[in-house]
Amino acid sequence: MRYAMAIDTKKCVGCCDCVVACQTENDVPHGYARDWIVERTDGTYPKLNLELRSERCNHCDNSPCIRCCPTGASHYAQGGIVVVTEEKCIGCGACVESCPYDARFSHPEGHIDKCTFCLHRVEKEQDPFCVSVCPTRCMYFGDLDEPGSEIIEILATRKWKVLSPETGTKPQIFYLY
Amino acid sequence: MKRRKFIKISSLSASAAIFANSIFDSQSRDEKKRLQNSRYLRYPNYCEICFWNCAGWVYSREDSGIWKIAGNKKDPNSNGRFCPRGTGGVGMYMDSDRLKKPMLRVSENGKETFKPVSWDKALSVIAEKFTEIKAEHGAESIALFKHGSSGKHFNRLMKAFGTVNIAGPAYAQCKGPREEAFDITFGKPLKSPEPLDIDNTKCLVLIGSHLGENMHNGQVQEMSNAIDKKATIITVDPRFSTAASKSDFWLPVQPATDLALLLAWMNVIIEEDLYDKEYLEKYAIGFDELKAHVAEFTPEWAEDKCKIEASLIRETARRMAYAAPSVIINPGRHVTWYGDDTQRLRAVAILNAILGAYGRKGGIYFPQKTGLPGFPAPAYPKANWGWKDIADGKYEFAKSSVTNVLIDASLPESPSDKKIKAWIVVGSNLPLTMPDTKRTISAIENLDFLVAVDTMPMEITGYADVVLPECTYLERHDDIRVAQNRIPTLAIRVPAARPKYHSKPGWWIAQQLGIKLGLDDFFNYTDYKDVLEWQLEQIGMTYDDVMKQGVVQFGVDEKKLYIEGYEDYHFKTPSGKIELYSTRLKEAGFDPLPVYTEHPEPPENFYRLNYGRAPMHTFSRTSNNPNLTDMMDENKVWVNPKVADQWNLSNGEEVYLENQDGVVTSFPIKVRVTERIRPDSIYMIHGFGHSNKNLTRAHGKGASDSELITNVLIDPLMGGTGLRGNFVTFKKNMQTKEELES
Repeated sequence: MRYAMAIDTKKCVGCCDCVVACQTENDVPHGYARDWIVERTDGTYPKLNLELRSERCNHCDNSPCIRCCPTGASHYAQGGIVVVTEEKCIGCGACVESCPYDARFSHPEGHIDKCTFCLHRVEKEQDPFCVSVCPTRCMYFGDLDEPGSEIIEILATRKWKVLSPETGTKPQIFYLY
Repeated sequence: MKRRKFIKISSLSASAAIFANSIFDSQSRDEKKRLQNSRYLRYPNYCEICFWNCAGWVYSREDSGIWKIAGNKKDPNSNGRFCPRGTGGVGMYMDSDRLKKPMLRVSENGKETFKPVSWDKALSVIAEKFTEIKAEHGAESIALFKHGSSGKHFNRLMKAFGTVNIAGPAYAQCKGPREEAFDITFGKPLKSPEPLDIDNTKCLVLIGSHLGENMHNGQVQEMSNAIDKKATIITVDPRFSTAASKSDFWLPVQPATDLALLLAWMNVIIEEDLYDKEYLEKYAIGFDELKAHVAEFTPEWAEDKCKIEASLIRETARRMAYAAPSVIINPGRHVTWYGDDTQRLRAVAILNAILGAYGRKGGIYFPQKTGLPGFPAPAYPKANWGWKDIADGKYEFAKSSVTNVLIDASLPESPSDKKIKAWIVVGSNLPLTMPDTKRTISAIENLDFLVAVDTMPMEITGYADVVLPECTYLERHDDIRVAQNRIPTLAIRVPAARPKYHSKPGWWIAQQLGIKLGLDDFFNYTDYKDVLEWQLEQIGMTYDDVMKQGVVQFGVDEKKLYIEGYEDYHFKTPSGKIELYSTRLKEAGFDPLPVYTEHPEPPENFYRLNYGRAPMHTFSRTSNNPNLTDMMDENKVWVNPKVADQWNLSNGEEVYLENQDGVVTSFPIKVRVTERIRPDSIYMIHGFGHSNKNLTRAHGKGASDSELITNVLIDPLMGGTGLRGNFVTFKKNMQTKEELES
């Protein structure tokens, strides 16, 4: 089992619904976010290109955050989802520094917090909340080890990229463009 | 004489801390674990954060109350997916800045202040004052301004009291010109949600619609589907909008020249024989006149005006025609721009017509809607005069009341003998909603009495004599939503929590005020639930059953959505046909076919003020919502890098904006240097720059475009307020926000 997400930048309008939804679903305190929107504009008026994309933890196959965690709080859960066991986390912040995607933050209660792909929902065979609310249906979540799944189909037929491939993290979020 | 000063609700700031709900702010680790494992209930509701009114579920944890909101899969407006504002609706409920108690304006030691009072006291004061004003000036001199679901309860109250001077900014400040243009052409306004068959279209044209930044939920979803289905998308926008970035063609039109482009498109389609001849012969009148009219408006004629190459105008026109009749020229929604808006929207309607798109699959469909019997009540008394009498023959094509006519009639300089003496304002923050804030305030200052009903302390509540705190849509019943769409549906709103603080539902406030005014017969129920139960019973349903489903779908015959082939079809125009050429307009002394008029360009060192929406906010209503301010807490002024160079402006720098009439914004606004805006324009998101200090997150954040819109271009057909004829320049080296605050 290998969970992954594909996000279609052709459809994302950058509305932030994924961010608002994640905050309510996961009780993320105001002022913090487990996912966020990036807007990138290239060119000069009127020859322009704009990319909007929703970013979060890439649940990397080769996660620097898990490697550097001194207590084992950061670990792989089912399907390669990278999670933090709050009780084991001492809040040292090594993982925050190691992440090339700036996907982790120090929670006001002292532990490190991040996207869990909504593991509590995935366990019940539901999509992560961000995926299930997105008005443009630009996000696809699924199991790369399940033959014939929608995400395999999409990655086989569409152009995609991952963020900072040069860091060797093997990210599991694929951006369609 | 200025009778009314703005009051800050200082007496309440102390109690705010006591009431502040902080489950999101300071939960302990154990508490969070407990919450995650706690059981929840879900209550059906439909969203009140915008007019799309998407139906969904409010989830409430058994031990900690309201938790989250998500869409109802059976709802065609949302398809089970809310936009960020709907998802963030919990913030409206949680906001600790909410109005908490009824308040009365009192004079203490020569200073006006608000005094918290009981509901009984507040409503008695209003009843007494209304009765006094009715005796002296007639009930008609009291105007109701309303927005949203609770407006309907006050609509009943004020009609029962004897006034028909009832208006909302949704018409003359928004979609009015579109509704009248479609009514004149097709015999029917589009209404809301607009029946655009984007899911089935092959070509979507956006002209002045920044879909995706305005989160008209169902339409945004369908635009995304259209991208998947590889429909051609053509966007006309002076700004590189999100939609423009997703389009096959972006036409960065010179602002104020849209009508020239529309005429040139018609010219190509007619000259190149690309129009739907059979459709027009069968259903339309006035084609010969139209053909003669547009003959001179070639793409070459439009090129110089619109600053769009003639070849691109030709190519996009052909693309539309190749897709016809599965093509939509989206008329947009907020269309009050230059004062000739009904005529511009007529051009949009005519363009849809000559492509045969109206009443066709992939074009504009005929929406389906169910009906509900009204709860028994006596007939309303007859009012002696209304806004039409104040307008005195003007705006004869307006089918809804015009807010600005009622505001003008409240000004001391109003020439009409029909004066508005008092307002009751429900959920509409008029100082930021209406253009020319100073003028609105001047009208307010001249009133004998002002009542404001709202959930939040807004600019309007600061000027009120009585402030009534309404509870949010998550805490109350309202009328059953009967929305038009491809399938008819009902959606129910049920409270998911008890009203916080001392707030009350709108229906209760209207009813109790009605009882004090002796209008008991109009409010013959103990709880609004009784009304819903009665209505549902009439159509063979029960409240409990509908509550379990949230949304009830009714069957529809797909044949009703579109005209089949070239079957007979009667349009509700005087001729029974689509009126390309309008005799009605001609007889009323207006252009029977749309004529392009040139509008002024910005003077040197001034830039056209364009404004719009952000996906996470609804006007000024959401700008203090803690969930949504977390996404965006201020607006910025978009400036092209060339302009930034000329003015030596840098990203994040605070500037003030000054308009052509010397009006300067109350607050500075940060600069956003971006290539996405033309060098002749600036752009800002509407709804920021709140002056009410009780909005702790929104006060002084960004600037208000409404302040800068003092040149209001009135549409002579229907009274719409054209807002885009304003030019601004930058004021540097004034007070910074910190200096302003200290």
